[in-house]
Amino acid sequence: MLLIHCPYCNETLPEVEFAYASEAHIARPTRPSETTDEDWAEFLFMRSNVKGPLYERWRHVHGCGRFFNAVRDTVTDKFLTTYKAGEPRPDLSSLTEGLK
Amino acid sequence: MTAPISSFMPGVLTASAAARVGFAHRCARFSLRARGDLAPLEAALGLSLPDRIGQRTSAGEREVLCLGPDEWVLHAPESDATAITAACAGVYADHPHSLVDISGREVSFVIDGPRGAELLTLGCARDLDTIAVGEGRRTLFDGATVILWRDADNNFRLDCWTSFATHLFHLLDTGVRELGAENH
Repeated sequence: MLLIHCPYCNETLPEVEFAYASEAHIARPTRPSETTDEDWAEFLFMRSNVKGPLYERWRHVHGCGRFFNAVRDTVTDKFLTTYKAGEPRPDLSSLTEGLK
Repeated sequence: MTAPISSFMPGVLTASAAARVGFAHRCARFSLRARGDLAPLEAALGLSLPDRIGQRTSAGEREVLCLGPDEWVLHAPESDATAITAACAGVYADHPHSLVDISGREVSFVIDGPRGAELLTLGCARDLDTIAVGEGRRTLFDGATVILWRDADNNFRLDCWTSFATHLFHLLDTGVRELGAENH
């Protein structure tokens, strides 16, 4: 079982308390009425699907209930870091530096 | 199976040499969500709202546990419910918040006995040592969201929705008998 650090509870807890909530840092179009169909499709359906570190959202659904962001390596399933929702995305090179 | 709150009679339900499980007396339960300046709410409730997740405070028979950054659960005697609702309604206009009476939604198991903590490991993936005595947490117990209150090393209260209570009791009952059998 994965252990995930919740930045709100400040505890590292079992995976079963958490729910995955798709890719992070996807901004909703600010002027929906002026957005083209292509841009809507891009916003709704297109995801980066990276092989390697992915910025994604998780929710501590059976705990504090908060959404937060995480960087997880999709190959190894290792969590590189977690941070509160709304915080800027951490620099990837500083996270992966220790792994090389 | 969903059963009305009145069908959960307080008292010991199952016991062995290892642990004991029963229902707690009914109480008034509130879910409180609030942000910003909490002082007026604290004054209305007559207790301080803890700001660290898992921390508890109490005043008289009112007891409050912090579940999230802006979420608390409040337990009080049933006779106190109207006073709490009225006090919070009084500060609502200046300090908007959400106070929801969830008394009819949840029941509490009381778990004690020399191996009470071990009994909970049956359904709880979380390391119980991280919940200090006098604290509490919301977590997952055998598929149901529960709130654990740790009152002593081996003494817990477990709040769960009434619809999960029968299911959780069957698991706890099996555990109580199994741990009891190991002692012989």
